Amino acid sequence: MRSGYRREISVALAIGALWIALALLAPGFFTLSNQRDVLMANMPVLITALGMTLIVLTGQIDISVGSVFAICGVTAGLLAKSGLPLIAVIVATVLVGSALGAINGALVAYLQIPSIVVTLASMVALRDGLRWVTEGAWVENLPRTFQWFGLTLRGSEVVTIGVAALLFAGLAWGLRHLAAGRAVYAAGSNEEAAHLAGIDRARVTLWVFAIAGALTGCAALLNAARFNQVPSNSGLGMEMSVIAAVVVGGTSIRGGRGTVAGTLLGVILLGAIGTALTFLGVSAYWEKAIQGGIILAAVSAEAWPMRAQTWGGRLGRSHT
Amino acid sequence: MLLQATGISKSFAGVRALNGASLDVKPGEVHALVGENGAGKSTLIKVITGAVTADSGTVEVNGSVIQNHHTRLAKSLGIAAIYQQPALFPDLSVAENIALALETGTVWRKVDWKARTARAKELLDRAGASIDPARPASTLSMPEQQMVEIAKAIGAEARILIMDEPTASLTDVEVERLFRVIDSFRGQGSGVVYISHRLEEVFAIADRITVLRDGETVGTHRRDAVTREEVIHMMVGRDLSAVFPKRAVPIGEIALELRLPGISLHVRRGEILGLAGLVGSGRTELAETIFGLRPADSGEILRDGKVVRIGSPAQAIQCGIGYVPEDRRQHGIVMEMPIVSNVSLASLAAVSSRGLIDGNAERELAGSYIGQLRIKAESAQANAGTLSGGNQQKVALARWLATNPAVLILDEPTQGVDVGSKQEIHKLMVDLAERGLAILMISSELPEILGMSDRIAVMHNGSLRATLSRQEATAQKILALALGQE
Repeated sequence: MRSGYRREISVALAIGALWIALALLAPGFFTLSNQRDVLMANMPVLITALGMTLIVLTGQIDISVGSVFAICGVTAGLLAKSGLPLIAVIVATVLVGSALGAINGALVAYLQIPSIVVTLASMVALRDGLRWVTEGAWVENLPRTFQWFGLTLRGSEVVTIGVAALLFAGLAWGLRHLAAGRAVYAAGSNEEAAHLAGIDRARVTLWVFAIAGALTGCAALLNAARFNQVPSNSGLGMEMSVIAAVVVGGTSIRGGRGTVAGTLLGVILLGAIGTALTFLGVSAYWEKAIQGGIILAAVSAEAWPMRAQTWGGRLGRSHT
Repeated sequence: MLLQATGISKSFAGVRALNGASLDVKPGEVHALVGENGAGKSTLIKVITGAVTADSGTVEVNGSVIQNHHTRLAKSLGIAAIYQQPALFPDLSVAENIALALETGTVWRKVDWKARTARAKELLDRAGASIDPARPASTLSMPEQQMVEIAKAIGAEARILIMDEPTASLTDVEVERLFRVIDSFRGQGSGVVYISHRLEEVFAIADRITVLRDGETVGTHRRDAVTREEVIHMMVGRDLSAVFPKRAVPIGEIALELRLPGISLHVRRGEILGLAGLVGSGRTELAETIFGLRPADSGEILRDGKVVRIGSPAQAIQCGIGYVPEDRRQHGIVMEMPIVSNVSLASLAAVSSRGLIDGNAERELAGSYIGQLRIKAESAQANAGTLSGGNQQKVALARWLATNPAVLILDEPTQGVDVGSKQEIHKLMVDLAERGLAILMISSELPEILGMSDRIAVMHNGSLRATLSRQEATAQKILALALGQE
């Protein structure tokens, strides 16, 4: 395990390098208000990415998170407007998220359809279903008890960060110390061996998708409460930044290796780059291109040693 | 001489597959190549077809030595091979499959579909098969696929036709038909290399027989100059020089009993039951049935005299059954996980309470097996992927011992491990038996089967042929049973 955190360390170094560059070239990046903006804007991405880390660890992927995020946000807004107490809104939104995740998970686990296909279909179906129901209208004039959870702006921000920190710590702890966490890694890195060891792969998949869905619901809720209205097209393209953060953070896209700490670093790096471009006077159009380049670099860094391994393995196996 | 392979040696990752093997084929002859599992038949064929490059030795075709051998070169020299597992493109039609193997020209040429179909039909007729050339290959049965492969070989006007277990999936009628095709090849002056485990077929069709053992050619004889018994003797005839640490331990009650169609078998506590048979005889399938990977449709399994229903590995583990599979890279070890987690993987419940893993208990459990099995590793936290083959096998073994099983199934427990580890694993097996474990050992190595087992069960074609006691078992007898000769 000595080399186990090499990827996390290299991402941390990249963040350090970026910060030093920004400190020299664009000190405005480090003002308190900017840092606060960056932090708050990336909280939904972080919480959703925590769930995505679980999914990717089992060797699956979920590209429907943006659509689930939108549905959960709209659900939260509508329920809040209907006058339901805050706690009921919270519970219902998280349940809707986990139910949508569980449907994806069940299709992947029990019908054994590749997750990329299942979630591509649900991404489109959920997005257009929402558009059809809302007719594109935003949920506006949210009640005062819902916006900022009835607290001050500062208070709601503290709550948001606190929730994210709790979820992060809980997942990090669970992956390390719970038998269920071990099952996630085992199923992701050697499905056959995990099956032989008595681990129910289908159940692992179903649960991982359901938990990720709940986290997406949670992220949508915290995001919805930040403003006075919920756009019905929120979360558009969110799967990109979420998956990017997970992959850049060192979680193997083949599953079985990675940590939520890496994902946190991935979110920080990609979040910082997005804002940094503005401060460096680079056109915002470059943001996606640069993000894409970083993902490619991260995946290639993983693929190189892999290739060498499979070649070696093939040579060794060919006689049997 | 049509084909002459002389002094062929080949090693894979330090393991000798061929050690100076030789084979020659005359025009108009069927030459049978026989030998035990792992004798080197497939490797020799691959050297001849250019799929594998030999470390030393020469291959001559029509008297000239081939340099820089390659599968394409083999094709142009008229060497065609038909393997046990046909390699057709499932979504293409039969006619396309045949055309892909035979047509020449650039990728941009215009395809003459009528000619393609006509030729496919003609070739299939000559092979004695009535298959519609328009059918997709995926709809063909195994024998039909075999026939398409033969049609391809006929179309290629092969001068040297190599057939690797071509009859494994054929019925008697189809075998008859195949023999007629082979006869016509022989009549045209082509040479046929015929590999088979079925000695009756070998003696029915071959002109000469070459026996391969441990990568060496034991001898080549005219068919009428040897008997089946002599051939079997040549296949086995190695001295059992290896010393096995087997010793007698008290034998207890029946731990596992199988009452399955074609298989009735039991293993007692303290007993090592060797399960012998050829590759494909159904030994691994039997193990997988016991372990719930392919639950039996009918019949029953008894543990300690009680009928149990095993539908999944998790249930098998609950019944006190452990299974160390054959392919440890694919099914055994989780390479990216530390040794500790690999050892505890099947017994997480024992080291955790309410789903929370007790790190100390886990390290203790793993530590005790690392010591007991003498697993050589930098630390218990090292990734299992960094270990040597023998140590990986010990980790796989440790995982199952940690579940505290009553019955342990070992599938090829010492395949591909070094000599030292091999002996340690054998010693461990005896120790485990002494502690009252019932061990079911699948092995393709006859010396291992003979040296380690209290009783030996021999499988052939998916059913149990006989169970021999340690005293009455001989290599010759086991092989004859495995070949379906007795």
